[in-house]
Amino acid sequence: MKNSKLKRTVWFLLIPLGFFMHSCTSVKPYQKMYLNDSEMELATRKSEKFEQSFLLYREGASGANGGKSGGGCGCN
Amino acid sequence: MKRLLITIAVYYAQLMSSFSQDLSASDTANYQERKLKLEEVNFVSGYYQQDGNHSGVTGGIGTEKLTDFANTLDLKISKTNEKGNIHQLFFEMGIDIYTSASSANIRLPSPGYEMSGPSHQDTRLYPSLAYSIENPNKGNVKGIGLSYSQEYDYVSRGIHLNFAKTSKDKNRELGVGLFAYFDEWMVIYPYELRPPGYDNGTDDDENDSIGASVEPRNSFQASFTFSQVINNRLQLALLFDPAYQEGQLTTLYQRVYFTDQSVRVEKLPDKRTKIPVAIRANYFLGDRIILRSYYRYYQDDWGNRAHTVNLETPFKVTPLFSLIPFYRYSKQTGIDYFAPYGEHQLQENFYSSDYDLAPFTSHFFGMGIRIVPVRGVFGVRNWNSIELRAGHYVRSPDLAGNSVTLALKFR
Repeated sequence: MKNSKLKRTVWFLLIPLGFFMHSCTSVKPYQKMYLNDSEMELATRKSEKFEQSFLLYREGASGANGGKSGGGCGCN
Repeated sequence: MKRLLITIAVYYAQLMSSFSQDLSASDTANYQERKLKLEEVNFVSGYYQQDGNHSGVTGGIGTEKLTDFANTLDLKISKTNEKGNIHQLFFEMGIDIYTSASSANIRLPSPGYEMSGPSHQDTRLYPSLAYSIENPNKGNVKGIGLSYSQEYDYVSRGIHLNFAKTSKDKNRELGVGLFAYFDEWMVIYPYELRPPGYDNGTDDDENDSIGASVEPRNSFQASFTFSQVINNRLQLALLFDPAYQEGQLTTLYQRVYFTDQSVRVEKLPDKRTKIPVAIRANYFLGDRIILRSYYRYYQDDWGNRAHTVNLETPFKVTPLFSLIPFYRYSKQTGIDYFAPYGEHQLQENFYSSDYDLAPFTSHFFGMGIRIVPVRGVFGVRNWNSIELRAGHYVRSPDLAGNSVTLALKFR
């Protein structure tokens, strides 16, 4: 039951990935004006660091957000 | 399952072919060695306070009042050698000063009774050091890092390795990280549940006679990231961070009350496997608005499953000034071993009344302001940017918190 839910989620993520992989275009460096904007970075920003930290303490779910998934503190 | 694995293998093969690169002679020619340079300094300071009425320390019914004043300073130093490889050194020092009313209740003999004096206060120090080498010609980065964290009852030592490969057109990147934390947690029992001869390292118990003992907790995490540019306005990343923990996973100073009103120390399994998968997509809408979106599905073998969605929409009032509203929603089913105060059955093998592991929904929303002046903040040339964020957190049934963060960047 639990594994089938995980499988469904992986499919849910893979199908759009397949769609995007085939529809993506090769963007040249001079066309990356928007992509190079600091707000477009595909990672959490330094200013979100402590928010991630208290959410790691306050919630049982963690990981896949660029932060830790346990260890380094007495939290979950 | 077989089909799923084959599909993943096909995607992987496609990816690998797209990462192959020709190394022409011109790529490596004419590099000049550059001196050691302080690239960037970041100072981040944050304050968080919360209050609620379901602390695990008092069996799921006591105060959850807590404040945390956190500060980090990090430095990035780089050097380019004659081959064009970029060597980078990262150093970070963090200090948290926190007060927790529920921690003070570890000493009290009955639940629901709050100490009239000040809340328990502690300090956490966490330095870390990391080193990486980037080869721009091959498009790869290799790194290693060490971390340390210490607070009154908890010590952590961590190590990580990471590798990233970028395609030649720099439109996709594959990253792999391996993390290990070797922690030690001091054994602290609630006052009335301490066995004879028990010692928690302080002089608050007249029965102190043996040295305070510690229990190990080891955490191992892998991190896989694949990012892809879709077009000149959209890029996305897939993240997969499986983690395994073993050792002292129970919080030994948390009480659990049973249906017959007897009390015991919380008890949870000594192993836990976590599987989070996530997708992040950023889209530049028009010339002023950016949509930063994130979704995560999480499950672990304690029975907890969670969905988390985060949406942030930076709005560029001017090219140098942004307003950043954000909203995060999370819903979790809770672990199999959770029950509220007085509802656990005596025959259960594992039990907890920790509301962090309970079924709940949470909302976190707020606003950020980011300023990046051309001539530096307040005219200070190296002061690159200043950002202020404030948010309000609400978690069912009745926990509420507020956070404020100030981030300064110098380069």
